Order: sequence, then structure tokens, then C-alpha cells
Amino acid sequence: MLISNMEVIPQKRILKHLGLVQGSTVRAKHVGKDILSGFKNILGGELTAYTELMSEAREEATERMIAQAESIGANAVLNVRFATSSVAQGAAELFVYGTAVVLDGASV
Amino acid sequence: MYEIGIIIVMLIIGYSFGSIREKAHFKSIFERESKYQDILIFNQKTSPSPATEGGGEMVQGNVVVSVDYFKMFVSGLRKLVGGRLTSYESLLDRGRREALLRMKAQARTMGANAIFNVRFETSSISKGAENSIGSVEVLAYGTAIKQMG
Repeated sequence: MLISNMEVIPQKRILKHLGLVQGSTVRAKHVGKDILSGFKNILGGELTAYTELMSEAREEATERMIAQAESIGANAVLNVRFATSSVAQGAAELFVYGTAVVLDGASV
Repeated sequence: MYEIGIIIVMLIIGYSFGSIREKAHFKSIFERESKYQDILIFNQKTSPSPATEGGGEMVQGNVVVSVDYFKMFVSGLRKLVGGRLTSYESLLDRGRREALLRMKAQARTMGANAIFNVRFETSSISKGAENSIGSVEVLAYGTAIKQMG
């Protein structure tokens, strides 16, 4: 499965468009990590716990999108976009969407 | 009286550690920026030269950075009169450059030398929450391409 945010992959032909696929996940923060990050916030700098949380959540959303694309017989998702929205206090929704296509000669 | 003491101690800790950590972070950013100088970044959608050897996989980099207590306090005072919040400006600068560098590092492991269609996204995790920490998440993503020549 090829994931790309370009509209056209160089040297690869799009055989078939299969429409929009999407994946999303809502994640909340861990209370313990929340408190630790609160302390770290006094010192400033990177909050690694949150960086990990966001990248893990984004991976999960991407996996859900890939599962959806596979179920309709695509071998690539193009023009992928990320979106984040805050639903409730302390929770974030991560949303990934793209166009499922069948590519000529892409490794499945 | 006791509470004022705690605030003053936190301000001192925030100022001393915060400025040391920010300087160290900027130093490492400058070092890695010269290290990954050969990877070109474009926000064009397609590559102008048709000569590409391959690639096409998405790369991304994200980081959550926060301001220290001292800077948060100072920007709180600045908000009374308005104007530039320099402490938040440097925070976002750090975040964006760090996210770009992490994206470039991922492209390097794939052997790519150019990244196309780069997009930035910024989100705050604890927006509007009480006692919210002044942190911001920056995500940079794009498509890694191996170009010839």
C-alpha cells in the first residue's frame, strides 16, 4: 500500500479512481503523563509524551484509512491530508483522508 | 505570602532552565539543518523535472513544544498592552523547524533527496482547558522523491 500526499506519482499511471477513504481516532491524555507534562511545562521545551501520543494516534488513523482502502481493492492512497480538531477538553481528534486509487505497477 | 514565594521560585526555575534548554535546542537545530541541507523541500504539488528514480512515499515529522513558566508569565503581562509576543514566536519557530528536520531525517533513511507537496499543520492539545499548558503541536508532511542529478 503506497501512501502519498502527491496527486500524481512520477512514472506511475493511475488505472482507476475509487473515491475518498478516511480514518479517524479520538485520543485523550493519560492523567499521569498529564501531570508530568505539567511539571515539564515549567521548564519549557519538548513534551515527548505528547509527541508520542500524537504520532501514535496519527498512525492508528492512517491504519484505519489503509484498511478501508484495502477493502475496496485499492493499492495506493494519494493526496493524503491530515486534520486535527479538539472535540472536548484534553482530547484531540486526528483525521486522515485521501483518494484511493489503483496504480499501475505499484507494490501492493 | 507563601504563594508569592512559590511563584517567584517557579519563575526563577523557568527562566534559568528554559533559556538553557532553548539555546541547546536552537544549537541542535542549526547543526541538523546544515546536516540535512542537501534534501530540498518544495511545497509545489508536482516535481518539475520528470527524471525521478522513485520514491513517492509520505514522510512526516511532528513535535510538541511548550513555553517555560517565565515566558508564559511575561506573555501574560504583555497581553495587557498588546503587541508582539516574542516568547510564543520563538516557540513556533522552534516547533516548525524541528518538525521539518524530523521529516527530513525520515526522508534520509528512505534515500530520498527531495520532498514535494510539503504541508504544515499546527494544533493545540489542551486548548481552552483550565490551567492549560502553553504547548503547541506542529506536524510537517510531504512526499519523499529521489531525483536524478
